[in-house]
Amino acid sequence: MPLMIGIPREIHTGERRVAATPETSKALLKLGFTIALEAGAGERASFPDDLYREVGVEIVSGTKALWEMADIILKIRAPEVHPRLKVHEATLLDEGMYLLSLIWPAQNEELLRKLAESKATVLAMDSVPRISRAQKLDALSSMANIGGYRAVIEAASHFGRFLTGQITAAGNIPPAKVLVIGAGVAGLAAIGTANSMGAIVRAFDTRPEVKEQVESMGAEFLEVDLKEDADGGGGYAKVMSPEFIKAEMALFTEQAMEVDIIITTALIPGKPAPRLITEAMMEVMNDGSVIVDMASENGGNCALTEPDKVVVRYGVTLIGYTDLPSRLPTQASQLFGTNLKNLLSDMCKEKDGEITVDMEDEVIRGTTVIKDGVITWPPPEPARPPIIRKRKKILDEPVVSKEEEKSSGYGGMIAAAVGVAAMAGLGMVAPPEFLAHFTVFILAIFVGYQVVWNVTPALHTPLMSVTNAISGIIVIGALVQFTTETSTVVMVLSFVAILIAAINITGGFLVTQRMLKMFQKYED
Amino acid sequence: MTEGLLTAAYIIASILFILSLRGLSHPESARSGNIYGMSGMLIAVIATILGSQSASVEAILVAMIIGGVIGAVVAMRVEMTGMPQLVAILHSFVGLAAVLVGYANYLDPAAASHFSGAAKTIHDVEIFLGILIGAVTFTGSVIAFGKLQAVIGSKPLLLPARHWLNLGLGLASIWLGIEFVNASTVSEGATILAMMTIIALAFGVHMVMAIGGADMPVVVSMLNSYSGWAAAATGFMLSNDLLIITGALVGSSGAILSYIMSKAMNRSFISVIAGGFGTTSGGGSSAEVEGETVSITAEETAGLLREAKSIVIVPGYGMAVAQAQHPIAEITKRLRANGANVRFGIHPVAGRLPGHMNVLLAEARVPYDIVLEMDEINGDLPNTDIVLVIGANDTVNPAAKDDPNSPIAGMPVVEVWNAKNVIVMKRGMASGYAGVANPLFFKENTRMLFGDAKDGVDTILREL
Repeated sequence: MPLMIGIPREIHTGERRVAATPETSKALLKLGFTIALEAGAGERASFPDDLYREVGVEIVSGTKALWEMADIILKIRAPEVHPRLKVHEATLLDEGMYLLSLIWPAQNEELLRKLAESKATVLAMDSVPRISRAQKLDALSSMANIGGYRAVIEAASHFGRFLTGQITAAGNIPPAKVLVIGAGVAGLAAIGTANSMGAIVRAFDTRPEVKEQVESMGAEFLEVDLKEDADGGGGYAKVMSPEFIKAEMALFTEQAMEVDIIITTALIPGKPAPRLITEAMMEVMNDGSVIVDMASENGGNCALTEPDKVVVRYGVTLIGYTDLPSRLPTQASQLFGTNLKNLLSDMCKEKDGEITVDMEDEVIRGTTVIKDGVITWPPPEPARPPIIRKRKKILDEPVVSKEEEKSSGYGGMIAAAVGVAAMAGLGMVAPPEFLAHFTVFILAIFVGYQVVWNVTPALHTPLMSVTNAISGIIVIGALVQFTTETSTVVMVLSFVAILIAAINITGGFLVTQRMLKMFQKYED
Repeated sequence: MTEGLLTAAYIIASILFILSLRGLSHPESARSGNIYGMSGMLIAVIATILGSQSASVEAILVAMIIGGVIGAVVAMRVEMTGMPQLVAILHSFVGLAAVLVGYANYLDPAAASHFSGAAKTIHDVEIFLGILIGAVTFTGSVIAFGKLQAVIGSKPLLLPARHWLNLGLGLASIWLGIEFVNASTVSEGATILAMMTIIALAFGVHMVMAIGGADMPVVVSMLNSYSGWAAAATGFMLSNDLLIITGALVGSSGAILSYIMSKAMNRSFISVIAGGFGTTSGGGSSAEVEGETVSITAEETAGLLREAKSIVIVPGYGMAVAQAQHPIAEITKRLRANGANVRFGIHPVAGRLPGHMNVLLAEARVPYDIVLEMDEINGDLPNTDIVLVIGANDTVNPAAKDDPNSPIAGMPVVEVWNAKNVIVMKRGMASGYAGVANPLFFKENTRMLFGDAKDGVDTILREL
């Protein structure tokens, strides 16, 4: 009996995303599940019901009916009180059901307890372990990527100037300067977007190892003079020492006077967002500047941030939207839906529409926060990906090429000396006729050497077959001995030699010709 | 025909041969290069026949026509995947011809009479060397042919104390050489020559038997070189400058190819010839590779390829084995029509012959100007959306760069992991020829497409 997936309409104020798109639904149906969608659930993400119907999704009107018939609920936002039904979504969950959505268990202990009462199994898309294998499930990363992009778009729309520099008839326009604080997934996406819009981008992160990534996205990496390892594991930073914070704040104040747009993305897991932009810094910023605080939901990186609001202080626009991914609902639904689909396909290895919650699997273990009504959060400390560590270690040791160790220079000199001595010896005893041939021989080797190095590697096979053919020149040796004055044995030997050399000559040349004909240029 | 005219003809033939090799520097000029080669051969053969007192021009023509027809039939019939075998067997013919010409020269009563003193000694050495090299080339090439044709197992045959055996054979040859020079009568000399020939033939067999299948590019180019030296030795023996020049050209060409191949495999030339892999492994064990792979289906691969702007395909010998080059060429055509920049990246030792992949792709009608060499493509890889690795393993192993303790450390590789995404088509997780685990499969941007290369490629093609 295949399980039924239910996709309710999101009820959080302003939420536009939906947990499955027609495309991800198709993939889920392939896994053997059946799917029911609450009528109108995809509308705000531009996915009308008809598109779902076309791929074979059942459309159900009525929230309660949907929750009752479904075995697996896919949602974006954590369950909350339904504004119309006046019941908490957690109470709609029944024993033996599965819920896959964002939960934020660390911040929502009460919700966790409520969900546990239902005796269901809950997988939190925000608790996916941050290891390589789980990247395809990592909804936080996929949403952060969208958020970073949207943050730049929001900033640009509140900013009174171009981002890119231009030289126009009406005068020169300098490019805008953008500072991105925190180079995680969101930060890097913001850097990439701002860079592609033509702004000058600078970025700061407490983890120096992200420098390369920042630079590859086209931003300048700002550093403070203090050295301190900030890697807190799992791709996040940790809390820094007071000295470091002081140096960091000085850097931000200096930058605040220069830049036009600041985008802050700094988060530390399980802690309120660090305060990085003070009121004083806002005061020194140019009028018309824009700040987007992407940490707004977790308390904000900026002292004056008001969640979900745009405020103007000291002439600076401060954007505190907490729903940036939801402002790109079509894309965000597609990515979130894909993350969910990937998780389900990991749990449904047989593609038979049944799922198993394998607590031995590190990824499933980390994601599962409630198993059959028992709270399993937090999971045991996840191991850090071993490969990354190894790679770092390797980078520390310089790779010494074996070649360099060997060549000492003496070898060549000795060889040259031996060569000269051998030639002198040869010159003393050998008859002049031999030396004449020897000269030709050596010169021909040099000519061959020069010519063959010029052969393009693509034609090495034709080179071999053509040299095959011309080494058939040995036929001449047989021809000159096939004379009237010689013995029968020599005649027979020469005859056979002529025959096989002829095979070589024709075979070699013709196969070369055939091969070369195949080499054709791209015609467009 | 006078001596002067003959010499003039030989000079022209030499120049034409050099031009023929010169032409191969570019596919455009290569075809005319081949014509130069043919003309040179024609001039040389006609001039020689006219210049010498041939016993019977008819007999010569009969021999040439029989040989020519055999050669033509083979050349037209051979599959491009069978090129290595053809090249190997053609080498053996040169070797055999050198042996025959050497014997004929020694037994020819007219030739021996007008040498004396140092000149005679040198002439004897020339005969001896010509036959020796010819015989080694002959059996070595026959064995190489057998291995490539899979008549003989491709596993290296490693006799105990094989290095001592080789040394013994070498010393025996030197001793026979001294005896041969000192031999007083033709029959005594012929006996010694026969003994040496047997030793040389055995040496050729033993040398190539000890070499594994994937080292064949080196072996075939080495035999290419030997066949040239055999021709050159014959030229010395007959005091014929054209043979000397041509032999030297071919010999140095083969030597350069062997050098390029050894370099690309990160092996010293000597260690390939001596047989056995990784005998000189450095201290310390190589880093363990652990992690999980992420697999992908052919359908998803097709989807990714459709979206990608820049694609590089890195084929290995596995592609040729699976005969996947034709559907790949078709995929390439469609993706290019779609506006994507599809190119190929070829490692020097991909295939069983230098440049083998290029020929296979050319046969499948992939235009040569999108088939690039490893060094040309490596710089572009960071800007590439998708790299599709088909049937290659050791040639795309990041351990060669990152892990100084790896047996393949320092080997030049196609740095596919620098691309945004890598899709590796592979039958399973087995190691490549070098027996080295490949960390590429565990990289974050790598997806594994397991299964038969042909099936996988066909499915991708259907999806496109």
